[in-house]
Amino acid sequence: MSIASRSPPPQFAFRLKRALGGKAGWGGVAFQIVFVLILFWVGYEIFVNASANVETQRIASGFGFLNNNAGFDVSQTLIPYSGSDTYFRVFLVGLLNTILVSVISIFFATVLGVIVALGRLSSNWLMSRVAGAYVELVRNLPLLFQMLFWYLAVLAALPSPRQSVSLFGVFFLNNRGLIVPKPIGEAGFEPFLVAVLVAITASVALHRHARRQLFGEGKVIRVWPYVLGLLIGLPLLATLVFGAPFKIELPQLKGFNFAGGARVVPELVALAVALSTYTAAFIAENVRSGILAVHKGQVEAGLSLGLSRGAVLRLIVMPQALRVILPPLTSQYLSLTKNSSLAVAIGYPDLVSVFAGTALSQTGQSIEIIAITMGVYLALSLLTSLIMNFYDWRLGRSLGA
Amino acid sequence: MKRVSLVLTIALAAGLAGQPASAQTLKTIKDRGMLSCGVSQGLPGFSSPDDKGNWTGLDVDVCRAIAAAIFNDPTKVKFVPTSAKDRFTALQSGEVDLLSRNTTWTLSRDTALGANFTGVTYYDGQGFMVKKSLKVNSALELNSASVCVQTGTTTELNLADYFKGNNMKYEVIAFATLEETLKSYESGRCDVYTTDMSGLYASRLKLANPTDHVVLPEVISKEPLGPMVRHGDDQWFDIVKWTLFAMIDAEEMGVTQKNVDEMAKSEKPDLKRAFGTDGNFGEQLGLTKDWFSRIIKAVGNYGESFDRNVGAGSKLQIARGVNQLWNKGGIQYAPPIR
Repeated sequence: MSIASRSPPPQFAFRLKRALGGKAGWGGVAFQIVFVLILFWVGYEIFVNASANVETQRIASGFGFLNNNAGFDVSQTLIPYSGSDTYFRVFLVGLLNTILVSVISIFFATVLGVIVALGRLSSNWLMSRVAGAYVELVRNLPLLFQMLFWYLAVLAALPSPRQSVSLFGVFFLNNRGLIVPKPIGEAGFEPFLVAVLVAITASVALHRHARRQLFGEGKVIRVWPYVLGLLIGLPLLATLVFGAPFKIELPQLKGFNFAGGARVVPELVALAVALSTYTAAFIAENVRSGILAVHKGQVEAGLSLGLSRGAVLRLIVMPQALRVILPPLTSQYLSLTKNSSLAVAIGYPDLVSVFAGTALSQTGQSIEIIAITMGVYLALSLLTSLIMNFYDWRLGRSLGA
Repeated sequence: MKRVSLVLTIALAAGLAGQPASAQTLKTIKDRGMLSCGVSQGLPGFSSPDDKGNWTGLDVDVCRAIAAAIFNDPTKVKFVPTSAKDRFTALQSGEVDLLSRNTTWTLSRDTALGANFTGVTYYDGQGFMVKKSLKVNSALELNSASVCVQTGTTTELNLADYFKGNNMKYEVIAFATLEETLKSYESGRCDVYTTDMSGLYASRLKLANPTDHVVLPEVISKEPLGPMVRHGDDQWFDIVKWTLFAMIDAEEMGVTQKNVDEMAKSEKPDLKRAFGTDGNFGEQLGLTKDWFSRIIKAVGNYGESFDRNVGAGSKLQIARGVNQLWNKGGIQYAPPIR
């Protein structure tokens, strides 16, 4: 082997990189600008292509359709709606239905999730195994099938209206839903509502004052008699002064269905149950990981202070576990809101079913309607994240971390 | 480097796809070698698959006739099942070349949806089906009933009009697919199932006990059902239109699946024009000279297709009624081939 000197290898790639991007190479400013321009160009091309196709096929476009008559009815509406209202009102109806089912499901999913998580962590062998089985089973089955199961199982078990199961003669359960007496607002309704709100606010303020007294000056104030008094007394006062807040309308069987009263449709029940149980399984795992993340020493310190296991969990472990639980919990809430769009499979009139389903087929304006629907889900998700992030920030501040 | 090349590839693809869909449907179909036909998800008599996956029905026959006219092979069709909710998007996006899917011809569908109807395969009307045990004899007794419908149909709109017009209340439960609607009706969630009359008779066959259900006598709307194609391609529009007209004209002229070859040799002027012996009408459409005989050999004439799928020779046993030829008491009328 000779020891002749060799010139270094050509290094084309290296020199090209240096020439084009400077010291930062491929990550340099020049390349970033080019990348962004390409992205914008792709977006522009997509938009132009879609517009051209819509033009050629002379499909109706624009948002004017929102002012046209919808022409169809919707079974469950939180606001008054009839067939001769506009598509915009249909959109609002669908949006409110989605928000309703999401809020209900989020509440029950959280409660159930925490219970299952605590069950899984308990020292009782049976409870932890049952909770574990629940989580594994529910997590691994597709949500759509679970939804269909609850809908068909719920419906199949219930009788027809003419053979309803009745409670005290005022509550009726049949396969059209749960029919309850409806309170109809009278003169004293607004003052009653105001009184209830004032009572709740006062109770919360009282609770916070008591807590501050406890941690600040060591004074123990028994709050619950005052709270009870406020919650019962203020509305009662309002009723006495302003008159009865509502009268009860009783449901009666007329022909095919019940007239009068309020009805909870089985679609809503099935959807809420399916969403709650499904998301609860995921939330349970998040909560469990949060609790396990708290150092064992904390529990031991609490026990050595003489606190019961329940008090240790409530006062010491959970506040610290919440730091770990909240971010994934936010994701679960967002996921639940979007999963509610599966409602179209069981005939519940949520936003996707009524607006991106029926209204889309009737008007043919797929692009506008899908864009609006996506925008709404994005807004709902951002709102949920905002609230949860704010709570997270408050928590971080109070824990001093 | 990998990231940039990926973006460039996507950009190029988007750029190349940036040409608007022009009047190229026939060419696209010939290149592909198959006709892509949007059908229902299983409506006996109109478009339904058997247990081996072979599609049959009145709408299916129209698609097979077009495939026969283009390829001389009625099996060169890909059937795409679509629900009432997504059928129009499938047509608009180009996933299917035509929709032969018992769709009602309305003004808004002819315009705002960006599609054209090419003719009427079946003149129908909307009706109601209830369980016999409810002892209902007329649709006017349906006040405060629960009604199951498929979402995104004219059925939903007509239902709203009918109940409002007769001052009746009702509860509507709208499902995305036919199966769910039928299952809910059967389970008792709703009292009434409503769709076109032909659909009612066809769906009744799918229920567990067809004799437990009765179709009410009221026909509350006009539902002319026909194939749909996209706007912007006149040649394809003409081909689909004249395929159906060929089937109707064939019945009028007495040409059947069995006597095609014999009739092709006839000296009568209208037959000579249809079979391509005189004139070049097939070529004018963009098809071949023997387009007419290909269609009739493949699926028969309109009357034969009707009988086989929904009429006397099928389980549905629907009478010709309004769908009979114009000179025999009905309103099926096709322009002359000349």
